Amino acid sequence: MLTHLRPALVLFVLLSLITGVVYPIVITAVAQVAYADKANGSIIVDADGKPIGSSLIGQEFGTSDPASALRLATWFWGRPSATAPVPYTALNLDKGTGSSGSNLAPTNPALLDNIKARIAALDAADASVGIVRVASGSPSRTSAVPVDLVTASASGLDPHISPAAAEYQVPRVAKARGLTEDAVRALVREHTQGRALGVLGEPVVNVFALNQSLATFRGDDDDGSIR
Amino acid sequence: MNTLASAPVPAPTLAAITGAGVLQLLIYLAVLLALVKPLGWFMARVLEGKAGEAPLGLGRALGLLERGIYAICGVRTNAENRPVETGWKPYAAGILVFNALGFIAVFALQRLQHMLPANPAGLGSVEASSAFNTAISFATNTNWQGYGGESTMSYLTQMLGLGVQNVLSAATGIAVLAALIRGLARRSSATIGNCWADLTRVTLYILLPLSAVLALALVSQGVVQTFRGPQEVALIVPLSPATSDGVAVTTQTIPLGPAASQIAIKQLGTNGGGFFNVNSAHPLENPTALSNFLQALAILLIPAALCWTFGEMVRDRRQGWAVLAAMLVIFVPLLTAAYALEARGNPAIAAFGVDTTASLGELGGNMEGKEARFGVVNSALWAAATTAASNGSVNSMHDSFTPLGGLIPMWLMQLGEVVFGGAGSGLYGMLMFVIVAVFVAGLMVGRAPEYLGKKIEPFEMKMAMVCVLVPCAIVLVGTAVAVLIPEGNTTSNPGPHGFSQILYAFSSAGNNNGSAFAGLAANTPFYNIALGLAMWFSRFWIIVPVLAVAGSLAAKRVSPMTSGTLPTHTPVFVLMLVAVVVIVGALTFVPALALGPVVEHLQLVSK
Repeated sequence: MLTHLRPALVLFVLLSLITGVVYPIVITAVAQVAYADKANGSIIVDADGKPIGSSLIGQEFGTSDPASALRLATWFWGRPSATAPVPYTALNLDKGTGSSGSNLAPTNPALLDNIKARIAALDAADASVGIVRVASGSPSRTSAVPVDLVTASASGLDPHISPAAAEYQVPRVAKARGLTEDAVRALVREHTQGRALGVLGEPVVNVFALNQSLATFRGDDDDGSIR
Repeated sequence: MNTLASAPVPAPTLAAITGAGVLQLLIYLAVLLALVKPLGWFMARVLEGKAGEAPLGLGRALGLLERGIYAICGVRTNAENRPVETGWKPYAAGILVFNALGFIAVFALQRLQHMLPANPAGLGSVEASSAFNTAISFATNTNWQGYGGESTMSYLTQMLGLGVQNVLSAATGIAVLAALIRGLARRSSATIGNCWADLTRVTLYILLPLSAVLALALVSQGVVQTFRGPQEVALIVPLSPATSDGVAVTTQTIPLGPAASQIAIKQLGTNGGGFFNVNSAHPLENPTALSNFLQALAILLIPAALCWTFGEMVRDRRQGWAVLAAMLVIFVPLLTAAYALEARGNPAIAAFGVDTTASLGELGGNMEGKEARFGVVNSALWAAATTAASNGSVNSMHDSFTPLGGLIPMWLMQLGEVVFGGAGSGLYGMLMFVIVAVFVAGLMVGRAPEYLGKKIEPFEMKMAMVCVLVPCAIVLVGTAVAVLIPEGNTTSNPGPHGFSQILYAFSSAGNNNGSAFAGLAANTPFYNIALGLAMWFSRFWIIVPVLAVAGSLAAKRVSPMTSGTLPTHTPVFVLMLVAVVVIVGALTFVPALALGPVVEHLQLVSK
């Protein structure tokens, strides 16, 4: 055993230094030179240079509470988020929390309750601007809800929704902001990314970026003070 | 968006899969198979000690570094300045000591991180049972994670502890495989290699260069790589003051860190331990469909290419193809099924008027716990690849998969992580199944079993059976204990899915995978210790028997091929091997699976 100890110990130290110190430092150095913005979290700053988010990390614009839905009708809602203590918590050092999915099973009654509440909140937001998705006195909907709009993302930080989920919200956002649907639709298209290389992944709309440009949209003096 | 005339309960059909989805699966498999030969050939050169003999360039520089390392470590070299080879016992002892050092280092770093540098978030010492679990987890190439990375581990612990083990545990797996292949290839030899040389060569020539290339590609997509601390940003729309604490939330804190360098090796080395809590579902760990493709490719790249390396080193490439074919015969149908099942979605949700049918611009399927940019197809592809290989990273939450969609990753682990499996460990595990298969075939035709001209005798059979049975026993006994005692009942979902969470945890730890049904609260003393022991035994109670087989085979003579020799490169033998793997996996685990995912599926469809 003793004959193994020296090579084992020295080799372990050497390979640790190579793979645990040299390798990450070299990669960091190259990354900071070649991709400084991306290597530091793709942070977006406003006109004053104040950081207002990461283009890769979503922020909460929606709700599953019908009572708060009216206030938020002017924004595009993103994926529901299961992070604690509040949705879209990327890091909370006091509580030791960060990215998280719901981990609810498809048969868990809590999942079904969450989804019902999210649909009700979407309907309440629509109703506040006079859009009706449920025929009165009938259990059936006039338009189905895109699934990604009512299911929690894996990370709780998903910045994207599907084009269908954005289109579902175009009439509401347009009415709530007094814009034409076509103007809002054009804005959505601007923030829609196709599949990578034309084939990989799914087409998505960046909700964070979309709402950011909505806030400063020409002819719209609403800067978010509605809340 | 469809206009619906009546309450929509679409009949779930296989038509839920889309052409765009199938195309992505085909591209993935095509690129993977195209890389098998070049990488496999190169790895064979490395394992035969030829990579450092390049006259110029990087190969020469690394060759000098390699020989320098041997000199500093006191590795004995022969007259030709090559490391002196040993028999299987010194080889195994070296591997065990080396891995024990890895365990000690990771444990110590976690416990002392609050006193060490590179801790900009000021994180405290990690609790002892969690540190024990994590240290074993990373030393055994499992990377089961009971903690959330961004809120637990300092940058130093991530780099010098977890990052190093990502490389060295993968190097260990490939080294042990190299020893086994030499055992098969050599005749009447007392030696199977030099463990220090194998570990050094695999690290320098294979894992580090591939990781460096992948890490920079990932940074170009938006994966973070920095030593800055967390970045605070002001929210566009502050959250209303209706949070649980009654405090308005006006900012978001974005975690950063040297992530890309670690994520690259986490994927390539079949480790799977995420830098952030949700692993490769995190937008800063896996930001785009392209980063996702590269990471998913990296999961299976080395395990698949090692099949070619094997054929190259035993001087019969057909043998490598046969093993790879057997892996594909199991993998491709299960991958397709996982995709189809997740694309069908959750009928309980569809009943509320949610559109779960995929169409242009519409994701459809079971999107709970999945990211929009990946969609159902890339989530299912990743789930199948990460559990076929013993990787265990995730880009979606397996806990929220449909019952049968979640059964597939669970069963892929329970097959013993031999369908691709871990870097090195997958193929040496599969070669143990090959030994069982030639033995069974030998019984059927009434001839003494042989593989590559080596007689398979009772000693090899005993060792192979240990390798096959140890993980099965750990999974089933561990699950049984956990469901019997109150400490095991930390499940987050009711009914049969709660049982599935426990079964998944032990299937993952007992096969060194590391993925989870993450709702299970596993950062408890019971699970930290039980799963820690499961990971330790399933790793080293296989490595030692495999090396024993390597030593025993190396010493044998090669018997000449006769008309009665069973060829092991034919489609018939491939099917024989598939049958042995599938039958062992089915007989062992169908009863347990019936209690979990199968019951849950019946509950879901009977509503």
